[in-house]
Amino acid sequence: MAEIIENEGGGHKKGKRRAKKHPAHIDMTPMVDLACLLLTFFMLTTAFSKPKVMEIVLPSKKKTEKPPEVDDSRVVNIILAENDQIFVYNGMADPTKGVLPTLVKSNYSKDGVRKILLERNKDLFEKIYYYNDSLTRGLGKYKANQPKDSIDRQVRRLRTGDKTGPIVLIKAADGVTYGNLVDIMDEMAIASIARYAVIDLNYVEKKMLSDAFAGKNVENQQ
Amino acid sequence: MSKFKIAHKAPSIDMTPMVDLFFLLLTFFMLTTSFRPQEAAQVDTPNSISGLLAPEKNVFTIYISKDNKAFFNIDNGQDSTSHVRAALLKNMGDYFRVPFTADEIIKFEKLASFGMPMKDVKGWINAEGSARDRMQTGIPMDSLDNQLAMWVHFARLNNPAAEVTIKGDAKSEYKTVKKVFDMVQDKNIDKFNLTTIMDKVEVKPLK
Repeated sequence: MAEIIENEGGGHKKGKRRAKKHPAHIDMTPMVDLACLLLTFFMLTTAFSKPKVMEIVLPSKKKTEKPPEVDDSRVVNIILAENDQIFVYNGMADPTKGVLPTLVKSNYSKDGVRKILLERNKDLFEKIYYYNDSLTRGLGKYKANQPKDSIDRQVRRLRTGDKTGPIVLIKAADGVTYGNLVDIMDEMAIASIARYAVIDLNYVEKKMLSDAFAGKNVENQQ
Repeated sequence: MSKFKIAHKAPSIDMTPMVDLFFLLLTFFMLTTSFRPQEAAQVDTPNSISGLLAPEKNVFTIYISKDNKAFFNIDNGQDSTSHVRAALLKNMGDYFRVPFTADEIIKFEKLASFGMPMKDVKGWINAEGSARDRMQTGIPMDSLDNQLAMWVHFARLNNPAAEVTIKGDAKSEYKTVKKVFDMVQDKNIDKFNLTTIMDKVEVKPLK
């Protein structure tokens, strides 16, 4: 450790006592203690995981574009309600065309709304799933070391080319939490839904919902 | 009686390698740590499968706490030469007729997220310690006195490249978040980053 080398000044003046030549010793304990303390502090305060975000693009409010033509049979409506309830119905609710569709009561669990979405979106989901799967396993013509944006582009192509998958309309009733919204958007991402939008509840749906709360025209998910 | 005298010396251990290692680790952690300033409100964000990294620069964040209060934060822009926060506070001071001194503006530049009515901002900048935390009462955002909209408006003016991040509590009302969405969309931004905690989910195709 620290040592001071003294210059030996030749053997003159024999009678004088000389200091013993021990290396000068510095006590490092306090420094090590402090280093330990700081190390512990930094180790405990460091957060390695960087914050993550989910991107969402809401439909523009400017009414310049015409709303896209939607094929009724592809529409799946998801109504979020209070206390983590979800009600699902297919197609359009048009009171002029006779009876209103029955609401199916579902939930956020993995056998809940996810199952409905996966069933409806089977084609596209399988395409994307097997594409990713063959990438990770290096099967077929896909190379595992493709750049990420070319993979993203391919997935996007699969999504936009989808002509049969559901168009999901998400509608939030009163009493819904922000967590519910993020959860349902997450289900969209999990089920690889190509088209979905968050819109407002309309008058007919409000009535259907209050009927459902009263136990009318509603059934539980199989 | 033994012939040899045992030296009564404490056995000494050479600690040098350990200390070396400590310093190495200490240096590593000191250099990799980035301190996040304390946030205006405790927010428990929801989970999602998204692994997108949150933007760090050119972003303004609107926090929505559990009790549906709004807080605001904006960074200083691309680099230290662009004083977005300073310009923003000056604009807000002019608009709401709350004059700020040059000192207060410099102080504000170094602070982080905040949430209080305009009349309390001055007090918040000058407060210390826990008094400062107690002043975080939320930015008014009702239709009569929509100060949050003005913060967003001037933030957009001073940094047109800024993205929006919404950091909402999972328990906050959708109604409140929707209000914030609408308000930001009025300022011509349709893309939002929602802060979430990554949570991997494995799903296989149905049989």
